[in-house]
Amino acid sequence: MMKNIKKYIVPFFFLAFIGVSYLWDFAAGEQIGVNFWLFFKEMILFLPLMFVLIGLFDVWVPREKIEKHIGTESGLKGTGLVILLATLQAGPLYGAFPFAYILWKKGCSIKNIFIYLGAFSTIKIPMITFEIGFLGLKFSLLRTLITMPVFIMIGYLMEWYLKDKNFEVRQQQDD
Amino acid sequence: MLILSIFTVGCLLISFLIDSRKTLNGVRKGLKMFINLFPALLLMLSLVSVALLLIPEETLIKYMGEGSGVKGWLTSALLGSVALIPGFIAYPLCGIMVKSGVAYSTIAVFITTLMMVGILTMPIESRFFGWKTTIIRNILSFIGAVVIGFIMMLLL
Repeated sequence: MMKNIKKYIVPFFFLAFIGVSYLWDFAAGEQIGVNFWLFFKEMILFLPLMFVLIGLFDVWVPREKIEKHIGTESGLKGTGLVILLATLQAGPLYGAFPFAYILWKKGCSIKNIFIYLGAFSTIKIPMITFEIGFLGLKFSLLRTLITMPVFIMIGYLMEWYLKDKNFEVRQQQDD
Repeated sequence: MLILSIFTVGCLLISFLIDSRKTLNGVRKGLKMFINLFPALLLMLSLVSVALLLIPEETLIKYMGEGSGVKGWLTSALLGSVALIPGFIAYPLCGIMVKSGVAYSTIAVFITTLMMVGILTMPIESRFFGWKTTIIRNILSFIGAVVIGFIMMLLL
């Protein structure tokens, strides 16, 4: 219980600072408050939904399925599947970490975990449609095609580096 | 957002009809993860809102427009690594940058680091992967982004 309260100390002071800024009309503090609210709104609407989906995924998808399709023995097809899975999702990168944890728990290979993160962050389809709108089809297509081999390589490098280092994805890691 | 809400509610309904107990269990698991992560998220958002005040949009465009070639990439790679801008703000911003004369390859570096490297989200990432792995992934992604910018420059 104490540990839980401790974790809220910094955010508490931050919010108190914003509150005081409004009271004393401190412009920079007010602007920080506006920024904070903008991000907080996005997060508080979006993340609970995503975590509910993660929870459902956790109880419904059996470990054997994940292990077979995107585990260490899954090969190129597994990598393709992980990329497909990632591109169909939406949201900020920090939303992908909890899902990476579930995938890992269910036997996804190291390589595919990082390829998932790479694909999730760079080539989500909802975002690509946005990108095409603002930067054009040629730019978006080229960037997607060049980015793919790069994050796949990062996945291989991470696996090569981590494979005999007792790597694990944890839900809460105390540092 | 609307699509996600409908999708989630749909999944919940179907799941509940098939097995209500399993569904409640899943929802509980998911929300528990969320509550565990919540203070770290608040902390990150606090940092982000301060950072956004220190680096306003005009400054971003100014610095990225100035340098060309390697210097321009490094500047935009660094800015992209630190900044945490959601996609629906980042793309319009990049659209403005293109119009103000920033090179496409510089934009590619900025977009890629913005998406793949997250210095402000490292405290959260490290909760899942540990610090060492987090730092290595971010460094590799940083290098990758610069490479992507280089290839984009050759091709565009």
